[in-house]
Amino acid sequence: MFDILQYPFIQNAFAAGTCVAIIAAIMGYFLIVRGLTFAGHALPNIGFAGAAGAVLLGVDPVIGLLVFTISAAIAIGMLGKAMRERDIAVGIIMTFALGLGILFLSLYSGYAERVYSILFGQIVGISQQNVLFTAVSSLLTLVVLLILYRPLLFSSFDPEVAEARGVPVNALGLAFLVLVAITVSIAVQIVGALLFFTLLIGPAATTARIVQRPLWVILLAIILGICYTWSGIFFAANGTWPVSFYIATISFAVYLPIRLLSPLWIGQQARKNIATRQGTLSSGFQSGKDEQNDATKASGRVSGISR
Amino acid sequence: MFQLLQYDFVQNAFLAGSFIAIMAATIGYFVVLRAQAFAGEALADIGFAGATGAAILGIGSLLGMLGLSLLAAIGIGALGERVRGRDIEIGMVLSFALGLGVLFLSIYIQSGANANAGVSVLFGSILTVTRRDVIITLITGSVSLLILAFLFRPLLFASVDPEVAQARGVPVRLLSIVFLLLLAVATAEAVLVIGVLLVFALLIAPAAATERLTHRPLAAIILSVILGLTFTWSGLILAFLGTGHNLPVSFYISTMSALTYFASMLIARIRSPRRYRELPHPNREHIPVHTH
Repeated sequence: MFDILQYPFIQNAFAAGTCVAIIAAIMGYFLIVRGLTFAGHALPNIGFAGAAGAVLLGVDPVIGLLVFTISAAIAIGMLGKAMRERDIAVGIIMTFALGLGILFLSLYSGYAERVYSILFGQIVGISQQNVLFTAVSSLLTLVVLLILYRPLLFSSFDPEVAEARGVPVNALGLAFLVLVAITVSIAVQIVGALLFFTLLIGPAATTARIVQRPLWVILLAIILGICYTWSGIFFAANGTWPVSFYIATISFAVYLPIRLLSPLWIGQQARKNIATRQGTLSSGFQSGKDEQNDATKASGRVSGISR
Repeated sequence: MFQLLQYDFVQNAFLAGSFIAIMAATIGYFVVLRAQAFAGEALADIGFAGATGAAILGIGSLLGMLGLSLLAAIGIGALGERVRGRDIEIGMVLSFALGLGVLFLSIYIQSGANANAGVSVLFGSILTVTRRDVIITLITGSVSLLILAFLFRPLLFASVDPEVAQARGVPVRLLSIVFLLLLAVATAEAVLVIGVLLVFALLIAPAAATERLTHRPLAAIILSVILGLTFTWSGLILAFLGTGHNLPVSFYISTMSALTYFASMLIARIRSPRRYRELPHPNREHIPVHTH
């Protein structure tokens, strides 16, 4: 059962998968805190369309991935400032990109297997070169994230105060999205567009309900992400079912009980915090204010009713 | 061109496409109003699992999508009356559904079937719609629209201002679950036309474009139905007339709808650049301060 670990392609899968899991967990935390879950789903799909275009033109898929995801990231950053409008803008940008994707696929008369592997992932077909490339680019991304860590965290939790203190909130938001786009372009080739979303959101969504401090959430999410990836590859190598299925299922199976039971301890913590600070909770899950704003905007849009 | 209409598959495509465009645009108006776009996306991805699962079992993909999406709608509705701000929960359900879809697809392909089955679910297959699909679409579509017409005013009220609606005795939570069920039906059927990945083109884009042009609910719904029908019909006509390349219908529909949305954004900016900045709350009367 464990002798599969001797095969070099399995070793490559473990190495590349680990790099991707680490970066995805960190990025996923910021995506969740900034309310960009949907963008985390859309960008890999947009990348798939870009890869299809690159295959049609006969260039390396990574070029198509980068062009599509970075332009989409900039468009998402510029278009929707309010949460309500952003989801729609993200969705329609994704539709536009994927519409082009199906055009590229239908124009491409060759064997499109390579493109579909970008959608579903093919973690067991990774070469030594891929591993090296993934490791180096993950390391670079990690360094950039470490440099941006404090201002990014500050502007994610409290954009108004951060802006008042001179943090370039808008530029930082855009830079973060571009960083996500670059990561997507590298990771999608390894784990696939559909699975990458699981690695982005799954670990951070789970650990944000267990611990409160951002650093602990991120560290715990990295550990969870690596566990998911390793067990997913291990099961897939021993069984016949795809890696994506195992990782998505494990991630959901861990998340569900924690999501259902977390009101038990999150409520206690909130009460303790209010008692000690008499202030507002600085938790990423406080969407109450946003909801209020959104509801106000929504009701402003429709005139002549609710009288 | 008109002799094309003699063919069965052309008739089926136009009939199903028109019903679905009308239904998706109408329900899409409420999706935009309630800010549930991400829930629509998740239901479509759940439909992917439903369609591939149905392919293994050998039943029609439309029935599979309808079944699983309706189940998921009940599940999402049970999470709470507020689907707004629940994008993490929705994202987790979505990723699990995609994992299941990939599993079903790989089982289906391993059983020796054509690998293109998954592609037609992801990008739509309006040209292979059967007469049975048309009938299912017609029945479920008209039932959904009837329910929607019946619930129109309370649903509008609950969507715009849930707190006040609740206070006035509108069953907000029940309406929310019923609406998610309607959304599940609309999404499953829109997937039939345009595919899981492009479902926004029929569901969200028409309503999102008109939302920027008019604030009156009825006018917005009528305009988005017109837009949805225009996209679908011109997509079908362009695909049938062909440009020599035999391009897919989904490409035409999604490109037209996305471009229309971007154009509507531009028009709204030009017409009133400040409209979306500050909006007074209609339920809070502005009380003039008397200075003596």
